[in-house]
Amino acid sequence: MPVLVQLFLSFFKVGLFTFGGGYAMIPLIEREIIQARGWLTLEQFIDVIAIAEMTPGPVAVNSATLVGFRTGGFWGSVVATAGVVAPSAIVVTALAAAMRRMKSVPWMDSFFRGVRPAVVSLIAYAGLSVARSAVASPESLAILVITLALLVKCKVHPILLVVLSAIAGALLF
Amino acid sequence: MSYKCSLGRMFGVFFKVGLFTFGGGYAMVPIIRGEMVDRHHWVTDDEFLDALALAQGSPGPVAVNTSILIGHKIAGYAGSAAALAGTVLPSFLVILAIAGVFDKMREARLAEAAFAGVRPAVAALVLGAAWSLGSGCLRTSRNAVVAVSAFAAVAFLKIHPAVVLLLAGLGTAAWEGLSSRRAKRGGS
Repeated sequence: MPVLVQLFLSFFKVGLFTFGGGYAMIPLIEREIIQARGWLTLEQFIDVIAIAEMTPGPVAVNSATLVGFRTGGFWGSVVATAGVVAPSAIVVTALAAAMRRMKSVPWMDSFFRGVRPAVVSLIAYAGLSVARSAVASPESLAILVITLALLVKCKVHPILLVVLSAIAGALLF
Repeated sequence: MSYKCSLGRMFGVFFKVGLFTFGGGYAMVPIIRGEMVDRHHWVTDDEFLDALALAQGSPGPVAVNTSILIGHKIAGYAGSAAALAGTVLPSFLVILAIAGVFDKMREARLAEAAFAGVRPAVAALVLGAAWSLGSGCLRTSRNAVVAVSAFAAVAFLKIHPAVVLLLAGLGTAAWEGLSSRRAKRGGS
């Protein structure tokens, strides 16, 4: 099988079988890309995760682009990225269309009324998890507290806060 | 069907979201909410929470799924496509740009320092998003009970988030179904 087809299929599998996204994808990438294909060594993969964390966008998309580029050049990065988002594009678009039609089902309203407060909890928990691993010094704690105050009290736009925190990090660390 | 905005404009806003989200997943929540709910009023907080719940229960990256769902809500199938392209393209282009110098990136002290500043800020942004979504959504005591139980289930019992959302939804649907039946019986 040509390497481009293999890249697409392997990343399609990664996209299809990971629920919850983010770091849930890492074990599957490890199995599909490192063990089954040998496209990366484990050490390279750890670097890929580090780079993916430092660059914008979902970690899974970053990893796919990077592994695709190293394995198959420009077109490798295109097919790997397309592969990892294709399951989302198909399944989620179908789901969105189905939801539009199911709007009149009364228990769906009840269902989502119950889901919403639980989603708020998931977001809070995600924030606490990031905080636990990101706060390693008094300086990083100060960045967290100041960012939170600027966001909640002064309504500063999140994107501006990301830019400011990057500058603060470059100066402090 | 008339839409709330042009596809090009939507693509631009989602591109911005993709460009400034570090870490994916819930790190994207504050940026998407800032743009889609607060700034452009394309979706409400409730619609946003529904999209997040569906994104969590679907295959693929949560951030990508959320964008597709919100894009569909704004402008149908074309909206999904514009949102998907806008969200994925920044990370694709940035990785492509640095792929050649990838091995030197590891030693990029400045990038590492900047990122060490971004991470606590991302934590603050996500906590802030939870705070403002919660102050709208958790006003009733029933919602507060659901939220606290869901938090305990994920944080302490380590139950998968998608399962927690499913249980919260089914539990509430059953509760409301039973109480409306009881109300009808009481009324007749």
